[in-house]
Amino acid sequence: MLLISCPNCGSRDETEFHYGGQAHVAYPENPNALNDREWAEFLFYRDNTKGAFAERWLHSTGCRQWFNMLRDTVTYEIQAIYPMGTARPDAAPPAPESGTASTAPDSTTTGTAAPSIAATSIATSSAPASTTAPEGATK
Amino acid sequence: MAETAAPATTRQKDLSARVSPAAQLRSAFETGSLRGVVELAEVSFLTMVGLRVDRNSDAGQRIASVTGGLPAACGGVSGSGDTTVLWLGPAEFLVVAPMEAHESLGGDLIQALKEALAGGEGQVVDLSANRTTFELTGPRARAVLEKGCSLDLHPRVFKAGTALSTEIGNIPAILWKTRDDSYRIFPRASFADFLGRWLLDAMREYASPEVP
Repeated sequence: MLLISCPNCGSRDETEFHYGGQAHVAYPENPNALNDREWAEFLFYRDNTKGAFAERWLHSTGCRQWFNMLRDTVTYEIQAIYPMGTARPDAAPPAPESGTASTAPDSTTTGTAAPSIAATSIATSSAPASTTAPEGATK
Repeated sequence: MAETAAPATTRQKDLSARVSPAAQLRSAFETGSLRGVVELAEVSFLTMVGLRVDRNSDAGQRIASVTGGLPAACGGVSGSGDTTVLWLGPAEFLVVAPMEAHESLGGDLIQALKEALAGGEGQVVDLSANRTTFELTGPRARAVLEKGCSLDLHPRVFKAGTALSTEIGNIPAILWKTRDDSYRIFPRASFADFLGRWLLDAMREYASPEVP
């Protein structure tokens, strides 16, 4: 279970959210000019990134607002959470206001840097970060 | 062709025909409630109004003057008198008021809100039939909720006078802590039966003496 830090509500369970797919897929400027292949690629073709991946999330049972999240598809580490419409931040070390998911480097079998032990569980031990959590929201 | 506007004399009769979403559970709630431990009841037909307005805009200020303020952040509850406003989103609020505030009973709350919005950007929608209200009270109320809610409900985090929209028993609901040991739960009407039964089931263990 991921613990996702909603920009409005603070950290909540992953079950409160809906996944919105890859972020920053711009609508074509002139859709009529696209051939079938280009249109299909806009509609259906998405990156299958191993590592940091920018994706959209909706806090569907909370504030019902969309936001973007930079998440590592290997370690599930949440590297950044940023508003819709803003550019993807550089894949940097976790920003202090994010990082509610695991930061453990050994939480995967397929890490590129250190494929160490055969741990199959995805650790989601949460750091008690969430300095942006409003009053009354849970950790 | 049916009469669309009922005459005032039949108003009382019309109201008695109303059925609240969890009316069929009323006796189950009474038998399932444990006096002084945890009690569950449906508070039916509260007036609820959905607001979509930017609280910093002129229209937002006008509406805030009607409701007695709009909460600023997640968990916020504001209001004056019987009228309460819960924060649902950055520009979305839920007004909860007694049944008598509804225009069908002669109240003027919704009309006042619509007039306050005037031509401003936003919405005022009567959502009284959208959700029903459960009142869960007693020293064990938190323990009951904790069986199906992932929020930290400890009083040091979840204080009286805050409301959060979340999931309870996998049902999307708004949880409003009105006082210590007293919660109001707002499930959508179609989920009321399930959530009512779910809460009754969660309360059952407290009928028996605690096993050490």
